[in-house]
Amino acid sequence: MKKKIKIKLNGRSKTINENSTLLNIIKNFKVPLKKVAIELNQEIVDKKKLKYINLKQNDKIEIVHFIGGG
Amino acid sequence: MKKDKLIISKKKFNSRLIVGTGKYRNMQECAKAIKLSGAEIVTVAVRRVNIIDKKKPLLMDYIDPKKITYLPNTAGCFNSKDALRTLRLAREIGGWNLVKLEVLGDKKNLFPEMIETLKSTEILTKEGFKVMVYCTDDPLMAKRLENSGACAIMPLAAPIGSGLGILNEINIKIIRSQTKLPLIIDAGLGQASDATIAMELGCDGVLVNTAIAKAKKPFQMALAFKNAVVAGRQSYLSGRIKKTLMGNPSSPKKGII
Repeated sequence: MKKKIKIKLNGRSKTINENSTLLNIIKNFKVPLKKVAIELNQEIVDKKKLKYINLKQNDKIEIVHFIGGG
Repeated sequence: MKKDKLIISKKKFNSRLIVGTGKYRNMQECAKAIKLSGAEIVTVAVRRVNIIDKKKPLLMDYIDPKKITYLPNTAGCFNSKDALRTLRLAREIGGWNLVKLEVLGDKKNLFPEMIETLKSTEILTKEGFKVMVYCTDDPLMAKRLENSGACAIMPLAAPIGSGLGILNEINIKIIRSQTKLPLIIDAGLGQASDATIAMELGCDGVLVNTAIAKAKKPFQMALAFKNAVVAGRQSYLSGRIKKTLMGNPSSPKKGII
C-alpha cells in the first residue's frame, strides 16, 4: 500500500499518496488550468512545471481564480 | 466626440464607465448589466477556487476576457503583503499587467490605507505592473501616488458601497488640475447623476459597482450610468457658462411691447 501524506488545499486538509505531483492534484480536482493561478507554500508555481513538482507532507497549495468583485 | 477615448497605459477605450462584477444576484444578471452599461473594463476579485462544488459557474464563462478587459483588484486586502500576493497571482492567471490596487485600512468605513497603498504602488510598478490606484481624495496623496508610478488615480467619491455620491468636489477638482494621469472616481456613487457630476468635474471615467448591482432594476441603472457618463463628458468638453449672482434674461430686451 502506498504511503499517504497530508497537505492543505485551499485551506482544507487532504490526504494524498506520497510522491503525487501537483499536476495529479490539479487533475483530480478537475481544475480548469487556464483559468487559475497556483501557489505552493506561498510561491507562485509555473503551470508548465506542475508535473515535475512532487508534493511533501504539510505542503500548502492555493488555487485561485477570478470571481465577481468591485 | 468620436476620437474622445479613455486612454489608460496606452490602451484606448471607447467607454469611460468601468463597472464592478460583484454583488449581482447571479452571473447572467452581471453579464447582461455589463453589456447594457457599455463598459469595456470590469473589475474582478481573486479568490480560492471552490474545490468542493465543481459545478459552480465561472466568471470567465460569462464575461469573455478577450472582449472585456479584466481589471483584477485586491479587494479585501488590508496590507501591502496581501495586496502584492493577490496581484502577482492575478497576473499569473492570464498575463494581466493592468491591475487595480486597493489596500483598505478600516473594516467599517473601508477607507484606503494610504501608506500601504503607496508602498505597494512602488513595488508593483517596479515589477512591471500598470497600477490603477484606489485612494483617498487627498491631492497630496494623489501626487505621491503619481510620483510612485501609478498609471491612474482613483479617488473615492465616498466610502465603498455607501451611495453617498461625491462628498468633496473641490478636492477632486484640485486633483484634476494637478495631474494629467487618468482620473477615475472609484467607489461611493449612488445614482447616475453622481457619475455626470464626476465627469463634469473633469474626471476621465468612473467606476461603479453597488449602485448598479443593487439597484431595484440593475439593467435600467446600467443604461442610466452609461448615458450619465456620456452626458457628463460632453458637458465638460462643451465649456459651461459662468455662474452669476443675478439673473440674465434669455429673450432680447429690444422690441418689448
